[in-house]
Amino acid sequence: MTTVTPSPRPSEAPTGPRGTGSRGTKVLGGAALVGLALTIVYGLFISPPDAQLGETIRIIYMHVPTVVVAYVSFIITAVSSAMYLWKRTEFWDLLGSSAAEIGVVFFAVTIVDGALWGKITWGVFWRWEPRLTTSAVLLLMYIGYLAVRAIPADTRTRATRSAVIGLVAVVNVPIVHKAVDWWRGLHQGRTVLSTIDPEMGGTQLFAMYASLATGLVVFAWLLIHRFRTAYLTERAADVGLDDAIAQRQAEGAEK
Amino acid sequence: MIRDAWLVLVKDLRLERRAKVGLAQVLPFAVLVLMLFAFALDPDRGVLERATPGLFWVAVLFSAVLTLQRSFGVEADDGVLEALRLSGMSPAGIYLGKVGALTLQLLVLECVLALGVAVFYGTVFRGIGLLVVIAVLATVGIAASGAVYGALAARLRSRDTLLPLLMLPLLAPVLISATRGFEIGLERQATEGWSWAALLGVFALAYLSLGTILFRPLLEDA
Repeated sequence: MTTVTPSPRPSEAPTGPRGTGSRGTKVLGGAALVGLALTIVYGLFISPPDAQLGETIRIIYMHVPTVVVAYVSFIITAVSSAMYLWKRTEFWDLLGSSAAEIGVVFFAVTIVDGALWGKITWGVFWRWEPRLTTSAVLLLMYIGYLAVRAIPADTRTRATRSAVIGLVAVVNVPIVHKAVDWWRGLHQGRTVLSTIDPEMGGTQLFAMYASLATGLVVFAWLLIHRFRTAYLTERAADVGLDDAIAQRQAEGAEK
Repeated sequence: MIRDAWLVLVKDLRLERRAKVGLAQVLPFAVLVLMLFAFALDPDRGVLERATPGLFWVAVLFSAVLTLQRSFGVEADDGVLEALRLSGMSPAGIYLGKVGALTLQLLVLECVLALGVAVFYGTVFRGIGLLVVIAVLATVGIAASGAVYGALAARLRSRDTLLPLLMLPLLAPVLISATRGFEIGLERQATEGWSWAALLGVFALAYLSLGTILFRPLLEDA
């Protein structure tokens, strides 16, 4: 009878990191908190209401960072998708899907704050305004991405599916934009972003740039943590699999 | 590659000729959708007439999703995708064959739907040239993008609910462009309509190229 040296049960092996934080992310997180505080103080209290828009100008301090972060996320997803299909490494897969999740959340926030602005400015939550419409279509496309991502599959299959959707979706962005633009071309109304006054000065300008910078820092912080969580989830799945194999082997040895 | 595409196209059309799923199920469904629109929108107030191009294309999109599910369902159910992969045919050829078969089936469906709107909605077709170009380009676009997602969703148990969620937002620009193009075509203002045709052409071309590249990883890994 051959003796099988029992492999150390992976679940009893030294565990990995107990969190996803590191010195770098703590600094980033601190910067994000300071930025958020500055944005709130300047955006809501110190900066004056706009001459034309009144208090609604304050929605811009929310809208600009969320829309920029959403687009940056989707660019990262697209690049990661292409890189995954080329390099086939876990890094690109996890980066792309992490960015997509954050992008969907920020896009949803953008649409909600855009609709709130619309209610005040236009009197209705929704108008078939080109940018709003394009955003809604894109949001739905990336919700599809996350839906596919959520379907259990082996790592390579899931990664390939996600990468394909990431590429298919991003190719559509300029086409959707053009189509919606032409479609609503004659009815183009004032949008949240077009209300940014080029002459905007002083504390208003500061509030806007502070909010934009804060948005990007928050994004970086979220992305790093989401990536690390995704990475650890994969490792946990590996451990689970090794564990199951070890158990089966042990059963075989007993017989 | 061309030969592989031809083989797959002929195979798909032969399957359809024998099983008649498109003819017996998708076509009646498409006509049914036309009737439902008439029930929902009062036919006497001219709403139906004005909305005809949009309703036509919505009916096409819904039917296209069904056709796609059928087209890739037959491949996935008995492990045919694996067999195709092992057959040594070029993935790009398989993709183009699927797109070709889908395009032909959808074009037939559109002809029947056109007859349907002529009968039920009293549409008079003018500006035929533009209408045909728009219809062909839009259909190639639907088939080209649909074949990518169809192959992606084919082996999933939830493909029936997943495919519409993936397809319909992607096809939003096709719906917009084809509808505007048809509106212009039906009113004989052919001047502006060609820019919509161009946009549909860009969409079709973009997804044909992307699909040709992506079908190999899709077939191998997804």
